[in-house]
Amino acid sequence: MFRFSKTILVFALFSASTAAFAFDKYQGVGRPATPAEVKAWDIDVRPDFKGLPKGSGSVERGNEVFEEKCASCHGSFGESNEVFTPLAGGTTKDDIKTGNVKGLSSGELPQRTTFTKVATISTVFDYIQRAMPWTAPKSLKADEVYAILAYLLNLQEIVPADFTLSDKNIADVQKLLPNRNGMTTDHGMWPGAPAKKGGIGNGGKPDTANKVCMKNCKPEVQIGSTLPDYARTAHGELRDQNRSFGPVRGTQTLGPEAAKKAADAGTLDLATKSGCMACHGMKSKIVGPGYSEVVARYKDQTDAESRLIAKVKAGGQGVWGSIPMPPNGHLKDEDITTLVKWILSGSK
Amino acid sequence: MGDIVKQPGRLRPAPENFLSEEQVKAVGSGRRDFLRKSFLVAGAALAAPKLVRAAEGDPNILENPAWTTSLGLPVATNPYGMPSKFESQLLRRESPGLARVGGASVSFAPLQGLFGIITPSGLHFERHHQGWHDIDPSKHRLMVNGSDDSLLKKAKVYTLDELMRLPSVSRIHFIECGANTGLEWGNVAVPTVQYTHGMLSCSEFTGVPLKVLLEDCGVDYKKARYVLAEGADGSSMTRTIPMEMVESGEVFVAYGQNGEMLRPENGYPLRLVVPGVQGVSWVKWLRRIEVGDKPYATKDEAVHYIDLLPSGQHRQYSSIQEAKSVITTPSGGQTLLDKGFFNVSGLAWSGRGRIKQVDVSFDGGINWKTARIEGPVQNKALTRFNVDWVWDGSPAILQSRAMDETGFVQPTYGQLRKVRGTKSIYHNNAIQSWKVIESGEVSNVQVL
Repeated sequence: MFRFSKTILVFALFSASTAAFAFDKYQGVGRPATPAEVKAWDIDVRPDFKGLPKGSGSVERGNEVFEEKCASCHGSFGESNEVFTPLAGGTTKDDIKTGNVKGLSSGELPQRTTFTKVATISTVFDYIQRAMPWTAPKSLKADEVYAILAYLLNLQEIVPADFTLSDKNIADVQKLLPNRNGMTTDHGMWPGAPAKKGGIGNGGKPDTANKVCMKNCKPEVQIGSTLPDYARTAHGELRDQNRSFGPVRGTQTLGPEAAKKAADAGTLDLATKSGCMACHGMKSKIVGPGYSEVVARYKDQTDAESRLIAKVKAGGQGVWGSIPMPPNGHLKDEDITTLVKWILSGSK
Repeated sequence: MGDIVKQPGRLRPAPENFLSEEQVKAVGSGRRDFLRKSFLVAGAALAAPKLVRAAEGDPNILENPAWTTSLGLPVATNPYGMPSKFESQLLRRESPGLARVGGASVSFAPLQGLFGIITPSGLHFERHHQGWHDIDPSKHRLMVNGSDDSLLKKAKVYTLDELMRLPSVSRIHFIECGANTGLEWGNVAVPTVQYTHGMLSCSEFTGVPLKVLLEDCGVDYKKARYVLAEGADGSSMTRTIPMEMVESGEVFVAYGQNGEMLRPENGYPLRLVVPGVQGVSWVKWLRRIEVGDKPYATKDEAVHYIDLLPSGQHRQYSSIQEAKSVITTPSGGQTLLDKGFFNVSGLAWSGRGRIKQVDVSFDGGINWKTARIEGPVQNKALTRFNVDWVWDGSPAILQSRAMDETGFVQPTYGQLRKVRGTKSIYHNNAIQSWKVIESGEVSNVQVL
């Protein structure tokens, strides 16, 4: 009996391995993921809320968390256009009724915000949970994500100030999103099965139909737009962005002052590579203070250079607000000195 | 107009580099006999016999240079070879004002100086969503799981050691950001091909077809019709990919790029390759693949990478990069050295397959000439085209127009805007025009 069942088992395994394709063909490659591993990484939330964690958060709590962890980039009301495009604004009560943001077609919108575009509330939850805050992604607890989202929904006047968002009522909020009906998949740019076969889109049919014409294709050339003067010089010295030999030269777009600017750009480059520019602006605050603000604060202090060098190395907190500056032990001493001197000299 | 040249059909002999800035300017101001004089002046600065020789010919020929008369450097002086010091101008660059945070920005590849179809790995364009990391490959893992257990027999974890044991493929494909040429939807905004088209690169990638991994995990293709790809960076970028593309075998998880490992900026040690589809779907630092029965509406397919139409609707899940081409030499921000013969050269590509034909116009699209295509023409790869041109010194407008193997022909700006308006940001594949004026200066214009 024992022997018989073993044979059955072997037979069953053999059948499985010769199924439509070769499951377990690559012996010794890969191992099963543990439930804890899958749980740790599988954090995505779909439009049908599959993957949504349990939890809740109030507008009020969201206001606190947002002020502490989000406002430095997004502004206290999600309105800031300093670091990223605005999160909030641009929709009306009527949009909430229709589910189509009218400003998108009327031309009244100066700029599209997150809530003028997004049609699925799950998207915002998923993104905050996986990628925010900017410098510490995945550090928010589920309740904090609910709270931040509740606060944003309140800013957008989708939910009242005493609202608490939770896994229980998020589907109801979905029905109030101002641009929930604003997406179309009727296009030919989805590379999978078309909608009529259960997929997306029209099956690859393009929306333009130019033809190959070789002679006298039109009566005249109609110029729609030419390069504006400011754009000609906005990208620096074009001569220096081309080889100094060959059939063409880069066109000289700047005068002799270009060399000086290029030297400054070198230090700016160092600051960028060292990660400084992720948090500091030249003039204004991003997460930490802008460089001109630093200069203003330290201008009369004779030991400013040495103090700032120490600060860049070891990190600090409290001088400019509660968000700490991380230590920068990975930077070379000489680079830190160059950067601090550059900042104190007006970063020009 | 540039200071270098203001005269049509100007002649410039080879030894340009011994002219000073002022002398070059003097040439530009129209004193055409100046070159001959400066030749003599330059010679006069040297010893007298050399003056005589200079009149006899080019000192670069008459005098053997240092590299011909001395010992060169030994092998492995540079254990990892770098470009010549004379090539320092061709760098990937940011477009000022495009993004305010370097970690969520773009650097553009210098297409104006590249040859053939392969982008040098160090010049490959960059687009990061939350900065880049140099990930320790011994600590990198790829997980494959299902949105629920019924879609996959078992969720698995793979190390690089294991992935690199599996049967591999090597294929040349272009990668283009969906927002490439996005600055130009409304009007001309940037001066050179680096900034108009430089979110474009092409490499030979090596890796394992994703279907091998999904089948190793026992995927149920009947139920699992979508794949979610997720990165290991801070943004943990996610995008939805159709299972049809995976089943076809063309989607693969790549570790190799142009014969070596991927560069950190391009996803080291593992990225997804989704041929013909916009770059955002080629998830870098790939850490997880989830198979699902529905699309995911992730941030980069529900807030960004959606195409605004004049109706106010956004196209969602628009992924394919349709046929497109651009002339790279000569191109905006360059100046032709002289009238006479030029090899006009450019790139064509299509997310729907191979390039079939490229036509070039020198009169803004009234008449066209079919360009030579440099083979072998590969599927969903950059394709180099060349065409002869004799410039007579009069104004011209250069254009290229690609047709792919489906018969689709690259649209004009007029045709594209008619259906998609001017605010889309994404998937601008309109015909690019470069205007040449009498001075030889080339600039960006849009022909409707």
